[in-house]
Amino acid sequence: MKKSVYNGLYLVIAILLVLPFVLPNSFYLDLAVRMAINACIVLGLNLLIGFAGQISLGHAGFLGIGAYASAVLPTHFGWHPLLAMGAGAVVTGVLAALVARPIFKLKGNYLAMATLGLGIIISIALRNEAQWTGGPDGMPVPAMGLFGFELSNDKQWYWVVAALLVVSVWSSLNLIDSPFGRALRALHGSEVASQVVGVDVVRYKVAIFVLSAVFASIMGSVTAHYVGFVSPNFADFFHSIELVTMVVIGGMASVYGSLLGAVLLTALPQALATFEGWETVVFGAILMLSMIFLPKGLVPTLAAKFGKGE
Amino acid sequence: MLAQFLQFLFSGITVGATYALAALGFTLIYNASNVINFAQGEFIMLGGMLAVVFTQAGLPLPVALVLAILVPAIVGVLIEKLAIEPVKGAETVTLIIITIGASLVIRGLVAVFLGKNTHSLPAFSGDAPIEILGATLLPQSLWVLGVTALVVVALWYFFNRTLQGKAMLATSFNRLAAELVGINTGWVLFMSFAMSAALGALGGILLTPITMTSYDVGIMLGLKGFVAAVLGGLGNGLGAVVGGLLVGILEAMGAGYISSAYKDAMPFVLILFILFFMPRGLFGGKSTDRV
Repeated sequence: MKKSVYNGLYLVIAILLVLPFVLPNSFYLDLAVRMAINACIVLGLNLLIGFAGQISLGHAGFLGIGAYASAVLPTHFGWHPLLAMGAGAVVTGVLAALVARPIFKLKGNYLAMATLGLGIIISIALRNEAQWTGGPDGMPVPAMGLFGFELSNDKQWYWVVAALLVVSVWSSLNLIDSPFGRALRALHGSEVASQVVGVDVVRYKVAIFVLSAVFASIMGSVTAHYVGFVSPNFADFFHSIELVTMVVIGGMASVYGSLLGAVLLTALPQALATFEGWETVVFGAILMLSMIFLPKGLVPTLAAKFGKGE
Repeated sequence: MLAQFLQFLFSGITVGATYALAALGFTLIYNASNVINFAQGEFIMLGGMLAVVFTQAGLPLPVALVLAILVPAIVGVLIEKLAIEPVKGAETVTLIIITIGASLVIRGLVAVFLGKNTHSLPAFSGDAPIEILGATLLPQSLWVLGVTALVVVALWYFFNRTLQGKAMLATSFNRLAAELVGINTGWVLFMSFAMSAALGALGGILLTPITMTSYDVGIMLGLKGFVAAVLGGLGNGLGAVVGGLLVGILEAMGAGYISSAYKDAMPFVLILFILFFMPRGLFGGKSTDRV
């Protein structure tokens, strides 16, 4: 069991090593970078939704805080990008921790409502505070410098993001197998039962929420620096839904499902560009069909079919 | 002072009535199936857009309005039959994604076939404003409030005095028990989607002469309807109506006295605060979990 879990990680590393040499042009390299970034975000979100069984419909709000921290602080206050990224992560962490306690007294649809509301408030604030954020038009983000070396082209970004992804997969796998991860899975199964055996349910829920929010914020900063531009759409409700969809289509509580979900849904808009004007209809139809026919998500469904665990 | 306050109050309860209708729609579907229907806002949009299309096609107003309620109701039933029934008992997040998918399909189809322009309907009985204590009230606001009040009374009668209504209530309390006493719960599901789509569409039609409509108005209206339903305590019909009016009034007051830029954020700030202190909304009561 243990071995096969890491086999997946080795496969991911192998693919990431080979990929830049087989991709035909920079368009695909750009796509690969964005897939990897989304994969990292979805891994964090899946810990919350899939493993701990808590819904968040406002995660793009946390991405937005990170992205705008990386845009606003260096531009208006001359902060170093890494420091700005850290500040975004701290603000997100504090905000998530503040709202988490009251929020996680809620269940199911009430929790969905609260996280959705939080995300929408963040995105409206980003849209309105135009003197800082550029309003609905968004604003450019300064380049990311690392130790006097500026990340400029897609190739460099690719290796940075690939490394981030490997670390994320590795730490997710370990986290799930740790006492913390077992506690999370226990409270997903039955909160009462896990309370009975001594799991502090609220504390674990708050911890995983803050963890995935901070992670989202950091990846938001990374995205902002990579794209070189942020707009409020990045933090809006629809983006939150896209992220949740990546989790569910790939497979809840499946690390490799998160990767697959992120890859597929990042590629989908490119594929749909051929349906001029019909993108929204086709995207919506795909969401519905995949949930109706594969409600457990791709990887768990396939794993069950071929009769072996992930 | 008073005039200004009244003005905000009037616009608040007018919009609030639409939120109330949307919240009733959420409540109906939630009670029948435990599904939060994120496509509810699209029914509001469909009602308004179709009313515009049918009146522009030259149909007399009453016919156009009936059609603009009927078509969304059929769409609602289609969603139930094609997308909700096949996944009975799925996880909350799966159901949420299905209804969001449905809302994207509806919005996308409207954008393709009816275009992305903003439309308006002529007010049902003129635009001459009525003066009350220095504030003005549009005749259309009276239509919105009057029809909403009628709908609430009709729904109360339906749920408390008719066998069909009682069957729907019974199903929402305990599906298995309802099935055991011979209630056709499939029919209840069907009816709740049809009724909730019709309610949404009605709200959209009534509001369009005041706020105008376009293919993308459904998202915010729907989410605020959801806020209203949660505010009143999910599944509580009276709560949905009170929640809708409260959300509308708060939004109008907030926009008037605090910041119009943050108008859309007000309902969400409100619901966060309410949920922090009353985790089941205003009228949700206490729940106990079966272990």
